Amino acid sequence: MRAPVSWVREYADLPADVDGESLAAALVRAGLEVESVEVMGGEVNGPVVVGLVRSIDELTEFKKPIRWCQVEVGAEHGHPDTPGVRGIICGARNFVEGDLVAIALPGTVLPGDFLIASRETYGHVSDGMICSARELGLGEEHDGIIVLPPDSAAVGSDAKPLLGIGDEVLDIAVTPDRGYALSIRGIAREAATAFGVTFRDPGLELVELPAPEPGSEPHPCGSDDLNACDLFTLRTIVDFDPHAPTPLWMSSRLVAAGMRSVSLAVDITNYVMLETGQPLHAFDLGKLRGPVRPRAAADGEVLETLDHVERALNTDDLVISDDTGAIGLAGVMGGLTSEIDSESTAIALEAAHFESTKVARVCRRHKLSSEASRRYERGVDRVLAPYASARATALLLQLGGGRYLGMTAVEAAHEPVVIALPADLPGRTGGLHVASDSVLAHLRSVGCVVDQSTDPLTVTPPTWRPDLTDPADLVEEVLRLIGYDAIPSELPVAPAGFGLTDVQRDRTRVGRALAGAGYNEVLSYPFIGQAELDALGLPSDDARRELLLLANPLSDEQPGMRSTLLPGLVAAARRNLGRGSNDLALFEIGSVIALKPGQLPRGIDNPPRPPVAGRPSQADLDALVALLPEESRHVGVVLCGNRDRQGWWGGATSASWADAIEAMQSAARAVNRILEVRAGSAPMPWHPGRCAELVLDGVVVGHAGELHPRACESAGLPPRSSAAEVDLDALIAGATRVVSAPSVGTQPLAKEDLALVVDASVPASEVAQALRDGAGDLVESVRLFDVYEGPQVGEGKRSLAFSLRLRASDRTLSAEELAAAREGAVVEAARRVGAVLR
Amino acid sequence: MTVRFSNAHRLSRMSAPNSSFDPKEVSVLSAESVSEAVAVAVAAISSASDLDELKAVRLAHAGDRSPLALANREIGALPPAAKSEAGKRVGEARAAVKSALDDRTVELELARDQRVLLEEAVDVTLSYDRRPVGARHPLTTIQERIAEVFTAMGWEVAEGPEVETEWFTFDALNIPPDHPARTMQDTFFVGSENSGVVLRTHTSPVQIRTMLERTPPIYVICPGRVFRTDELDATHTPVFHQVEGLVVDEGITMAHLKGTLDHFATAMFGPEARTRLRPSYFPFTEPSAELDLWFPGAKGGPRWIEWGGCGMVNPRVLRACGIDTERYSGFAFGMGIERTLMFRHDVTDMRDMVEGDVRFTSAFGMDL
Repeated sequence: MRAPVSWVREYADLPADVDGESLAAALVRAGLEVESVEVMGGEVNGPVVVGLVRSIDELTEFKKPIRWCQVEVGAEHGHPDTPGVRGIICGARNFVEGDLVAIALPGTVLPGDFLIASRETYGHVSDGMICSARELGLGEEHDGIIVLPPDSAAVGSDAKPLLGIGDEVLDIAVTPDRGYALSIRGIAREAATAFGVTFRDPGLELVELPAPEPGSEPHPCGSDDLNACDLFTLRTIVDFDPHAPTPLWMSSRLVAAGMRSVSLAVDITNYVMLETGQPLHAFDLGKLRGPVRPRAAADGEVLETLDHVERALNTDDLVISDDTGAIGLAGVMGGLTSEIDSESTAIALEAAHFESTKVARVCRRHKLSSEASRRYERGVDRVLAPYASARATALLLQLGGGRYLGMTAVEAAHEPVVIALPADLPGRTGGLHVASDSVLAHLRSVGCVVDQSTDPLTVTPPTWRPDLTDPADLVEEVLRLIGYDAIPSELPVAPAGFGLTDVQRDRTRVGRALAGAGYNEVLSYPFIGQAELDALGLPSDDARRELLLLANPLSDEQPGMRSTLLPGLVAAARRNLGRGSNDLALFEIGSVIALKPGQLPRGIDNPPRPPVAGRPSQADLDALVALLPEESRHVGVVLCGNRDRQGWWGGATSASWADAIEAMQSAARAVNRILEVRAGSAPMPWHPGRCAELVLDGVVVGHAGELHPRACESAGLPPRSSAAEVDLDALIAGATRVVSAPSVGTQPLAKEDLALVVDASVPASEVAQALRDGAGDLVESVRLFDVYEGPQVGEGKRSLAFSLRLRASDRTLSAEELAAAREGAVVEAARRVGAVLR
Repeated sequence: MTVRFSNAHRLSRMSAPNSSFDPKEVSVLSAESVSEAVAVAVAAISSASDLDELKAVRLAHAGDRSPLALANREIGALPPAAKSEAGKRVGEARAAVKSALDDRTVELELARDQRVLLEEAVDVTLSYDRRPVGARHPLTTIQERIAEVFTAMGWEVAEGPEVETEWFTFDALNIPPDHPARTMQDTFFVGSENSGVVLRTHTSPVQIRTMLERTPPIYVICPGRVFRTDELDATHTPVFHQVEGLVVDEGITMAHLKGTLDHFATAMFGPEARTRLRPSYFPFTEPSAELDLWFPGAKGGPRWIEWGGCGMVNPRVLRACGIDTERYSGFAFGMGIERTLMFRHDVTDMRDMVEGDVRFTSAFGMDL
């Protein structure tokens, strides 16, 4: 809402020294969001005077028609050679001899640092400029120059005040509860309250209209839906002069408020709407057939609205209709067939009250918003309609002539809201002392009627504040008028807490472990599409293909919620590669979505929606939660290029499948777990021979290893990139929270090194496990320290060298015990995997 | 040990017993000759310039054939009355030589070590960037820091799903079905606009879940990722993070809200920071306020910055969660994490926090 300060002043007796900034500050304190204070034509520097076009000389020798005008500008502004007159070249054609226009004299600077100077152009010396609204920074209107109404000002006088130049305008963002502030009326009331000055309400003051001639019949109206439209009024005016101009004071205010001047009748409806907050609509009476009635639209009905869009209606829509059908979308926009035009002499003026949610729904369905609908959605004064339309009618008669034939109306019974407010509630809520006098005064200043004889107080909010329905709403009114600055600052004392939960702490630990291991965290968007899964080569029946789909994704290529972290990690890696970072180790911890068994990717229609008046039943809550997919947290990494760089210390080490596994192992260690690394099935995107299944308690919780060469290529990663992804929730769920201390043996250590030859296909982990199991309780650790493949061990074989550390808790191991342990280990390895001691 | 045995043969070369019992007859035991031997030894020790030379000096002046060792052997030939004095004299002399040797040994070893270590010196300015350094995302670490501030006050950190029902996201928060926030202009809907499932547009559904699951007193913050249908640009992102706070307890007032926000502000922005409330509107709070932060460290000088929204929990919301509004009241607040990070750390482009460029993340390290 753009509110010219001069307009606000008409209804609020603001002190003379209050300017736009101080008014804005006061309104902000009262809860209106003033986004800017702007000066109309603020960039105009220098004189702009009223000129009278004396003669127009049409110059036709140029590509476009040009006018050479002699303009009377007053004795003191004329050219020395032509007293009181200046010759000015002008390209606009919307004026005639005798018109009053606005002249920027040489030396004046217009918006955009445009200096007006005498200059030779089109064969004449142009000695000033005839201005358009846009050139003066008064809006985007550039159809032609400004023509002032005849006799509206003296030639040579300052044109700036006439044009509203210099008036300050507040731009106010109105919150959804404060429809009232979408009017000068509402803003002036707030301003008057803020400065403690008198407010004159332009709303509920019935303008006296001439009594209709006896026997004249106003156009009939009715309402077929008194729920959606509980007040409908129609005033009839005939013999109106459709050519009567809009007075400058009105058009300049409309422009300052951000609207265009259209025609007198339309301008008046807009002007009164801006002033009072009541949307008005003027029908061309000559185009109406039969009574005007709001009603629900019929399925299949079509209405072409004023914006030339044909709208298919259904029974959810509320329309204004006559005998021809729908002639307007109620509270939103008029229809084309009954539009006021330049020849309309008879007017039916609608002013009504529509239910706000109804209008909101219609707007939402038709993706249409208008000045009227913005007000109805936020709530219009329930009783204002006839008052506002009387004011508009008076203006129509005054400025456009005509006769008033009276008003027809229908109205539903109106029950005002009554709120019981404990007088101490504002103070109790604000945490400060508020005297009951102060409560009463503030409530009355917003227009409430308060019965102070009752306890709690009985408060009837004013008709223009439909947002006031609960005691809490009244508390806010009192506190905001006292000023939130008055609220003290006091720290509440919470009961002793337990800090983060184990799970929350564990997630942090995993993040720290990976960052400590050289990985950089990324936070990818969770949106993916099948193309990214195609690039990773996921089989068509892979469960990760089953995406939860969005109705309105940002991009049609990514309509689903991610089922895996890999596409996001790959995209982040690609972006970094593109920016020249080649050695990458990235990690992400984030949510992934899986459909529950039987869940549809698009959910269901008409889900349960329990009422909100009280706590829903557990069954209702369970039914709600059942709508949701499985959401779990994963941790993933991707590695490209070198893990260790080349340098003076030696060569580089490529990032490999081993790093990917180690990354997940360090994530597991961070929560005191060890992942079992298993050579198992590894579908795409994994390299079938270089990927491990990561297992916890017998369940595969993720994979780590090298990406399949095809996946690397199609995903745009360098060859031999590696990655890993693990179900972090599963990892954390079994985490050891309290570690039991090991017994640290102090007896001497005995070491045994064993080199075993096995088939190359035998996983080293199985050999190690066999050694551990075979060597018995004395084993402290088994560590693989060398792998050899080559002619000495034969084709298809490899040698694995292990170092066993053995120790007893109570004695030095004897040579016999050592030999037995060693023998046991070798035998077990031979039994399980056919290992032969080398 | 072997030295002891191999020296045995030298016993035969001892002087014959002194027949006159006159100490002066054994000239090597005279005070003059003993102190002469010490002086010679000490001079030789101090002129030894390295450990090898010192080894030779040791042999010459403290070895078995050294003058003092030889003199020592003569003691046995002295008359009993003279033995004690001569023994003491030679003993002191040998100790003096040994002490000089030890001191010189330490000196020369130190010198040798210094020389050798100097030779081993390396260029410690060689850069060692063998393994790239990792970092956590600042959006993660700033959330942890915020959590620290509140857990230190006894609050807890509550969480909930990112794909959420419309009921938890809107209905229970007093956002009616035709509220503009519930249009496809703002909200990602799952499946269809009628599925009842959305990507949460704020973390407030976590507040609802908390109030349904726990009984007051409730002191929680809800950090997390939220979604709105904005296109990514320098100042907008469709996926961002929020932290919300919720307190429900007996006697909770707006002053408690203000106190909490002031504390939070100083914890994050220093002791000069403070907050300011401006009346506003949110369906889930009443009274509601916009929250401004006085940011002392702002680039270009201290100033007020819009930080978030807050208010007293609307009793309608408490009722939807089955909380007795006669007994309990509450406050709630919320702010954007990206926005907080942007002004706290002078991030000028939202995209930097989204794209995962390692150069951005690396700057923030492990913690904020």
